[in-house]
Amino acid sequence: MKQKSKDAFSKTLTGIDGLDEITGGGIPQNRPTLVCGSAGCGKTLFAIQFIAKGITDYNEPGVYMSFEESKTDIAQNVKSLGFDLDKFIADDKLRIDYVRIERSEIEETGDYDLEGLFIRLNYAIDSIGAKRVVLDTIESLFGGIDNVAVLRSEIRRLFQWLKDKGVTAVITGERGDKTLTRQGLEEYVSDCVILLDFRVIEQIATRRLRIVKYRGSAHGTNEYPFLIDENGISVLPITSLKLEHKISNEIISTGLDDIDGLFAKGGIFKGSSALVTGSAGTAKTILASYFTKSSCLRNEKTLYFSFEESPEQLVRNMQSISINLKPFLKSKLLIIHSSRPSLQGLEKHLLLLYKKIEQHQPQTVIVDPISSLLSVGSIGEVRDMLVRLIDLLKTKNINACFTSLTHESKMEKDLTVDVVSSLADIWIDMKNEDINNRRIRSLRIVKARGMGHETQTRQFIINNKGIILVEANKES
Amino acid sequence: MRKEEKFELRLYIAGQTPKSVAALKNITKYCKEHLEGKYTIEVIDLLKNPQLAEGDQIFAIPTLVRKVPEPIRKIIGDLSNEERVLVGLNIRPIPKK
Repeated sequence: MKQKSKDAFSKTLTGIDGLDEITGGGIPQNRPTLVCGSAGCGKTLFAIQFIAKGITDYNEPGVYMSFEESKTDIAQNVKSLGFDLDKFIADDKLRIDYVRIERSEIEETGDYDLEGLFIRLNYAIDSIGAKRVVLDTIESLFGGIDNVAVLRSEIRRLFQWLKDKGVTAVITGERGDKTLTRQGLEEYVSDCVILLDFRVIEQIATRRLRIVKYRGSAHGTNEYPFLIDENGISVLPITSLKLEHKISNEIISTGLDDIDGLFAKGGIFKGSSALVTGSAGTAKTILASYFTKSSCLRNEKTLYFSFEESPEQLVRNMQSISINLKPFLKSKLLIIHSSRPSLQGLEKHLLLLYKKIEQHQPQTVIVDPISSLLSVGSIGEVRDMLVRLIDLLKTKNINACFTSLTHESKMEKDLTVDVVSSLADIWIDMKNEDINNRRIRSLRIVKARGMGHETQTRQFIINNKGIILVEANKES
Repeated sequence: MRKEEKFELRLYIAGQTPKSVAALKNITKYCKEHLEGKYTIEVIDLLKNPQLAEGDQIFAIPTLVRKVPEPIRKIIGDLSNEERVLVGLNIRPIPKK
């Protein structure tokens, strides 16, 4: 039921993760949206998801008019996403019309129009009461018909017809060299144009979505990374434009009484994000594990992302210094997810993090170490990703702890540290020094937003009971 | 003399529009002239039977489909160009006397 609202216009949820958030409700309702991109960029998948989700999530039947693939091809594509196309058709929720234009069969003589197409589309829409329509890809008509003038004017008429018919349409188009689409379809679609891009940068495939046009909305020309996995397309969440995060005055423990004591309030603020830096072997992971344990003891769901150790390794290593994480793993209060950074692109990592966070709804998230991500992305890309992640965590008031490997001499110049340290609320730096052939471990609170803290470097030792701070030097 | 196959033609229209009327008039004329007795023309009005458009893959109106002899040939337009229609349907024109 179409309701006339007083807003500029209503929107239709696409069912594509992330896109509906970015657009604030989906694509313009009852208008055509152009989705363009080069071959293999995901246009057809976008279209299929739009229709399929329309059926499963929003009870809107859909018509898929395909100019390129046959019915069986489409069915295969859709099945691979886990949708039962045959059932959709049997339940009268979906009609697929495959328009085949065989140029060699056709001769043009005299005046004609494309009314046949209109009739087919109309019939398909009426037969199931469709609210969503896909034309994929209408540019194929240009390969079959010579009379371009007729074609263009009929396409223009078709888009107007779709508006009048009251269906939300997704039109796909092949990327052109100088124009958005090869045939310049963007001329006829004024409401919404989305561009899908697919690039291979340093052997990692990256996909980006850009909203080129969205009438009535102020949209930046931001590109949003997106992924294609077994569930279809997911667009990565955007950062909030305003810094309107909820804050808490509640104090929580870092997991170590001694370290809590270094903070003026005897602990850290709930919902804060902490960065732990240090060169190799400076006990960053141990500190992160204390943080983890503390969260679990508060009975808070904790998610630990490890880029270096397997869950078993982590648990065993921490066990040896009396941090027992086993019971928390067993009760599923703690979930450890390990993966090698180089296995997939940055977007996949962020998406995975995001998905796991959505799935488990943790109150604490650990990422150990974030510096590993530099092996799969440029500094700028990793920075963007971290900004998004931290923003997401802050929006949900999730306690966060990130570790990062730094090089002794270059700490201030390490760019991830540079970015995250300004975003993080707490920054603890760990150090190892060899003095007189003895390894001296120390840590220092570099900053703690919103509260006083000890600035002096504090030495500590690690034994089988864990980290123990050494008495502070009374000398000034 | 080799017996030639009968031509089975289908003309798809969408109501009695000028183009459709012209197309029917034209094809009937050409058939009378060049295929005397060896043809059938079936007129399908898609406004009355929209479900029939899919079968023959009709997207343009008017469309003339030669079902027999095979292979299928399609001619779109009002069929005003006689020569092109005959060539398109592969009809050997009977020269006018």
